Amino acid sequence: MDMEIKGNKAKLSKTTMNDLVTYEMVILTYIVVQILVSTGHVSSLIQGLLVPFCTYVIVAVALNLTVGILGELSLGHAGFMCVGAFASAVFSLAFKDALPGGLRFFLALLIGAAAAALVGFLVGIPVLRLRGDYLAIVTLAFGEIIKNIINVLYLGVDSKGVHFSMKDALSLHLEEDGVMLIKGAQGVTGTPNDSNFTVGVILILVTLFIVLNFIHSRTGRAVMSIRDNRIAAESVGINVTKYKLIAFTVSASLAGVAGVLYAHNLSTLNALPKNFGYNMSIMILVFVVLGGIGNIRGSIIAAVLLTLLPEVLRGLSDYRMLIYSIVLIVMMIFNWSPNAIFFRKRLKQKFLPGRKAAKEEA
Amino acid sequence: MKKRMLSLVLAGVMTAALLTGCGGSAGTDAGSADGAAQESAETEETTDAAEETEAADEAAGDEAAAEDGAAQADGDSAGGTFKIGGIGPLTGSNAVYGIAAMNGSQIAVDEINAAGGINGMTVELNFQDDETDSEKSVNAYNALKDWGVQVIDGCVTSACSIAVSAKTAEDQIFQLTPSGSAVDCVATPNAFRVCFSDPNQGAASAQYIGDHSLATKVAVIYDSSDVYSSGIYEKFAAEAESQPFEVVTAGAFTADNKTDFSVQLQQAKDAGADLVFLPIYYNEAALILKQASDMGFSVKFFGCDGLDGILGVKNFDASLTEGVMLLTPFAADATDDLTVKFVTTYKEKFNETPNQFAADGYDAIYTIKAAAEKAGITADMSNEEICAAMQTAMTEITVDGLTGEGITWDASGEPTKEPKAVVIKDGVYTAM
Amino acid sequence: MSFVAHLINGISLGSVYALIALGYTMVYGIAKMLNFAHGDVIMIGGYVVFVTASGLGINPLAAIIVSMAACTVLGVTIERVAYRPLRGASPLAVLITAIGVSYLLQNVALLVFGSDTKAFSNVVTLPNLELFGGQLIIKSVTIVTVIVSIIIMVGLTFFVRKTKIGRAMTAVSEDQGAAQLMGINVNGTIAVTFAIGSSLAAVAGVLLCSAYPSLTPYTGSMPGIKAFVAAVFGGIGSIPGAFIGGILLGVIENLSKAYISSQLADAIVFSILIIVLLVKPTGLLGRKVLEKV
Repeated sequence: MDMEIKGNKAKLSKTTMNDLVTYEMVILTYIVVQILVSTGHVSSLIQGLLVPFCTYVIVAVALNLTVGILGELSLGHAGFMCVGAFASAVFSLAFKDALPGGLRFFLALLIGAAAAALVGFLVGIPVLRLRGDYLAIVTLAFGEIIKNIINVLYLGVDSKGVHFSMKDALSLHLEEDGVMLIKGAQGVTGTPNDSNFTVGVILILVTLFIVLNFIHSRTGRAVMSIRDNRIAAESVGINVTKYKLIAFTVSASLAGVAGVLYAHNLSTLNALPKNFGYNMSIMILVFVVLGGIGNIRGSIIAAVLLTLLPEVLRGLSDYRMLIYSIVLIVMMIFNWSPNAIFFRKRLKQKFLPGRKAAKEEA
Repeated sequence: MKKRMLSLVLAGVMTAALLTGCGGSAGTDAGSADGAAQESAETEETTDAAEETEAADEAAGDEAAAEDGAAQADGDSAGGTFKIGGIGPLTGSNAVYGIAAMNGSQIAVDEINAAGGINGMTVELNFQDDETDSEKSVNAYNALKDWGVQVIDGCVTSACSIAVSAKTAEDQIFQLTPSGSAVDCVATPNAFRVCFSDPNQGAASAQYIGDHSLATKVAVIYDSSDVYSSGIYEKFAAEAESQPFEVVTAGAFTADNKTDFSVQLQQAKDAGADLVFLPIYYNEAALILKQASDMGFSVKFFGCDGLDGILGVKNFDASLTEGVMLLTPFAADATDDLTVKFVTTYKEKFNETPNQFAADGYDAIYTIKAAAEKAGITADMSNEEICAAMQTAMTEITVDGLTGEGITWDASGEPTKEPKAVVIKDGVYTAM
Repeated sequence: MSFVAHLINGISLGSVYALIALGYTMVYGIAKMLNFAHGDVIMIGGYVVFVTASGLGINPLAAIIVSMAACTVLGVTIERVAYRPLRGASPLAVLITAIGVSYLLQNVALLVFGSDTKAFSNVVTLPNLELFGGQLIIKSVTIVTVIVSIIIMVGLTFFVRKTKIGRAMTAVSEDQGAAQLMGINVNGTIAVTFAIGSSLAAVAGVLLCSAYPSLTPYTGSMPGIKAFVAAVFGGIGSIPGAFIGGILLGVIENLSKAYISSQLADAIVFSILIIVLLVKPTGLLGRKVLEKV
């Protein structure tokens, strides 16, 4: 399929083509799913999964910017998601009745993205001085710190203004009319459900637009030159810290957008090890690695498939997570093992001799 | 190319899921099989949408859909079936609670079916895993909806229960949580609970300690990252201000930091506490008791319902629990007929001593039965009708269960029952 | 006095981290991969001892040897089946596979042993050390753990520096290609590394469960992560660094719980880790690697 389009629009460059295919894939999927939903062909399970798909696609694309383009391993993206989720959820809850739904969600989105960007920027300043596994462990540490702090954060508003405490709800000393916004480990309850599939897909497209344009921009090329050879990049006068920080902040703020989507899909928001801990950061990394490091389209597909997989396996009851882990290992070996790659190449040469030239990218 | 390889692998997995699902998953009910088939069918469609339809997938989808239809047609026998969907953590670090609730519910379902079902309907229970994650919990609920669920028995944990209750309220499906104890779990009119609420336990514990002059200086060790534990602690601390004892230290721990309690215990010891209040689950409490004994800190321990199960920990030195007091609605060592029968069946079937979650799960099913009989639920009623009828019926029934006698509910969804205070003597619960 | 007590408890916790971190750093140093499944091998080691000692009634010491053998087989099998096919692929791919193995071990344990907590019998039956008339108690398991960690640390250092296989390991860690050219069996050497790392995991599992006697399928994951942090703290790849990092991590964790905030203990520990890494980017005892253009 890739080939036909390539043939028709041969004038466009290969990268632009590739990007267009990605946009087309998202839009086409959206249209097909909407048709299936309206004709009643989609189960409740899948309908419920549509927004999570969008959430994880966005965060996977965001992380791919850090891992694939910037070339640094981050294990803290769930933390940025968490910041975006809580900042926007608090805003939405506080202005639940004061603002109309659409405007409120739009503002919440901006607030979530801005909060995550700010934290990303602050974290980035010290973190990006480190390299390799040390950088990874520090991002993991930041993710855990964020989760830990949110778990002891108590925030309330009353007629006297905003109160906050890091101890317990009692020390807020709220008036009678006070409303608790964040209740420590009990998190935020009652966030309006503003997320839906359409909003999610629009956000995916915006994310793709930002990320793909970033990659092809002057800044993006500078970032990739740092990834490929830092010392060489430095020697031709590229400000390494600045460009790294730009890429990292953009990546964090997009993760924040995913957090906003997450927060407005559920009526309750808690910072648990499961959803915002290092486990989640690793899960996002799995999307990126399985989809192909630096391959944006791959991230999208991998995020959808891996979110779907454990749900599809529900029929296996007890063996569900066992099978899931085996499938994960097998897919990794199949996708990444030098022998498997060699084997696939040979198969391709044997059966599809004409297509091998155009097949490098997909 | 990569994506095509991926989709191939996934297609293989889904086919495997289908086959295993249809082959009859031992242990659970027949219902889950067609549920799986349907899921797979739908899944294929969306996956296809992402990467162009392939004929093979299409065929598999149709086949699954056909099977699904057949299975549902078979199900409508004599009195019809009543589909109860359970949700709780069956994997992950809280699996022990979800599995217990599932097992308890299953025993109740088997008993009810053996005795002729509810209003002549056969009860089917389909229990889905949520890994203690709100999002997964909603997924589990949606999977149950595809299965055709009529009443929800869940969720086992609070945060999940809140997330799901927003959805059940929207869909008008009756929800009864066995053990979701946070206040907001029953905030919607269609949601009720079997267990005590957290503030209720916190206040009751403080009053009990105060009324019985058990201590003058109390230390608290609680899990600040857990909804249940921090909920009880907050109310306890608030209530303690009006009680004749003082809270000298409040040592928190988090889910990531729950193996070493030496600091919290040392602080309690240094503050001269004569009682340590443990509003936590028994897994951590077992470690705390061991570490307190190791450091030579002998003090009274007082806990809530989460502490029940401590005697069931395999290989645990029961002498450490000597003198531990707890407010619990259920005691596996009680000698009344109902408890003895339940505990025996449970041990026979699952080779474990049931804990409070199992009892809550058991009571939840019998509560649903009582309400369904009161409301005169029949198989042909829609979910909205069932929900409305059950909501009214819940306020009219009285249930004698494992976790309390004469339990009644009001429209807020809160149960009215008395917590029993017990003390562990010679390795068994003794009434105080 | 209570400060000393907190300090001793911190060392007690830290010694367990140190023991786990030794295994982590060993595998990382040679095979250059983060073996996220290490924590779960520890858990399996704990279950093997639980089943053989408490279930079958075998002498605890014999049970430990059985467990070491079982974990060695397990470690080598994991390496052969899951990691070796990925030799030469991106290190990230190996990392993700290790996570897959970690999930697999947890879920196998969940199916085989059940979700309920098992109370582990302390295999260290020596009496506790009481000082100042019972004011201070040092648990015997702490003393044993510290001694075992030191023995392992010294033993590993000796093994790596002095024996032929050890030197082959160093060569492999420096440059796999060059080592192969020198006639070193790279696959064999890495398999031996996993064998040693996994048998250490069994020992760590026994002592972890003896110090904190509750065993669930998820027992290994959090101490595993903490030990990983400890290994980075001390300079990952450095054997003495892992020991020092582990002890320090335990002490910092306990002191910050005691004197700053028990709720924020994790945040404080991680903050200190970040500060240390900013001052010394390769950890306390890590080697500085020079970059060439």
